[in-house]
Amino acid sequence: MENATIIDFLIPDFSEKILLVDESADILTLIVDSSAAKNIIRTLKEQLNFFFLTDLCGIHYPEQEKELGVIYHLHNLLDNKRIRIKAFVTKENPQVESLTDIFSGANWMERETYDFYGIEFTGHPNLKRILNVDYMDYFPMRKEYPLEDATRTDKDDKFFGR
Amino acid sequence: MNNDDNKNSIEEPKSYNTLNLGPTHPATHGIFQNVLTMDGEKIVDAEQTIGYIHRAFEKIAERRAYYQITPLTDRMNYCSSPINNIGWHLAVEKLLGVETNKRIDYMRIIAMELARIADHLVCNSVIGVDSGALTGFVYVFQEREKINEVYEELCGARLTTHLGCIGGFERDITPKAISKIRTVMKSLPKVLHEFENLLMRNRIFMDRTINVGGISAERALNYSFTGPCLRAAGVDYDVRVMEPYSSYQDFDFVVPVGQNGDTYDRFCVRQTEMWESIKLINNALENLPEGKFNMEVPAFFMPPKEQVYSQMEPLISHFKKVMGEIDIPAKEIYQAVEGGNGELGFYIVSDGGRTPYRVHFRRPCFIYYQAFPEMVRGALLSDAILTLSSMNVIAGELDA
Repeated sequence: MENATIIDFLIPDFSEKILLVDESADILTLIVDSSAAKNIIRTLKEQLNFFFLTDLCGIHYPEQEKELGVIYHLHNLLDNKRIRIKAFVTKENPQVESLTDIFSGANWMERETYDFYGIEFTGHPNLKRILNVDYMDYFPMRKEYPLEDATRTDKDDKFFGR
Repeated sequence: MNNDDNKNSIEEPKSYNTLNLGPTHPATHGIFQNVLTMDGEKIVDAEQTIGYIHRAFEKIAERRAYYQITPLTDRMNYCSSPINNIGWHLAVEKLLGVETNKRIDYMRIIAMELARIADHLVCNSVIGVDSGALTGFVYVFQEREKINEVYEELCGARLTTHLGCIGGFERDITPKAISKIRTVMKSLPKVLHEFENLLMRNRIFMDRTINVGGISAERALNYSFTGPCLRAAGVDYDVRVMEPYSSYQDFDFVVPVGQNGDTYDRFCVRQTEMWESIKLINNALENLPEGKFNMEVPAFFMPPKEQVYSQMEPLISHFKKVMGEIDIPAKEIYQAVEGGNGELGFYIVSDGGRTPYRVHFRRPCFIYYQAFPEMVRGALLSDAILTLSSMNVIAGELDA
């Protein structure tokens, strides 16, 4: 299956919802509108045999208007074709539709993404933290939480490019 | 109204018991909890709680240079660390656009297949233990010990191996290592045969594992299963065949598949995979090409220590690499390898800095352990124990 086949298939229905097509990455990457992400993935699954959800994770770009992103990796096992879908949301309204009714495997992946980035998956049956403790009141993988304590003065490694 | 209906109508509503299996229970082989709702000895529902050893590897990785992330990968699936290490190295090489030569590829295949054997030996012998057969476990561990000795010879470590480096290996495979591998390859078939004789046609073992913890191919795919758990359900998906890496395409090997997706099939798939791994290792050893054992990746290849201690240029180069003054392309990649448990994926987003902007590890058992309640509903407690061990849930990989 060629990249062009996938793009041609999606364009008539989702032309306004596909914001960017990137073929320079290792696999075909689409940046889509977060409101249409689920529909696009459902179409890919039902019409183009991308029935395997390989991976789902979050990412944070603090300098962007829509800071938080969800990255889906789908796999068409019949044609051995992978595709990457990205959808971005704002930090104030971090909502994306849950894929749990399409892929049972999305359940924990979405919980992990919620746990790390605070992205809310609407329609998720049990959206609560999975790896961190329940009473944690922040989302640790966001970039505003540096790994090391910023108040420490005994460690200064700015000369080492960090 | 017959008597039976009458009886039902006056019966009290059923009350269920709650049973905590774990977090530290000998039968879970790791730190994770299962809260089981029990109707007598039958499981009505299960809920898992994980995260007891979560170490925030993805966050830590964002602060580390690429070569410093290898020790984090060791600690995911610690039963087969070399696969994790080499998978990470392959991912970074893909990011850098480095191609390795055949000698490195074959050496990697040897290390990875040894790791697969070690992983499957542990998993399958533990299935035996959970069904009450301790002998096999003790017996096959001698072979695992020999494999650990091979790692020791290859890289100096046994469990958290940190095997190899970006671009190949730190040192060449030594004649002593080759002789140790040959020793394992000679003794392992006999051990595997005896282990199979002990369990595979054993009436008790078959009764305890056949039709226990089964899952259909359709459900397994929907749950994003990979590896032996998916193949046991009858889906012929192996990353080594679908997207060959490290010259796997040079070798002929069979990908075993099961039919029912139950505990017995998972056991048999792993057992057959070990035979295939033996073939692969023997082939790779026999055809091991001559050549360099490290591709001198400019950004990562550390100069030999004797030069660092005696010459200025290697010293500067060493310093620059350790401090990360290197050019990494700003792009994103996904690299998958066939781990002991299934598709182990590394998703790296690089912004060109010395550390990755974002790393995500696709840990196979994190993804498929969520199917556990579905697989044990209606089963006995003792079946749940066997299902759990046959899924090969490794706490380090689960929590990362």
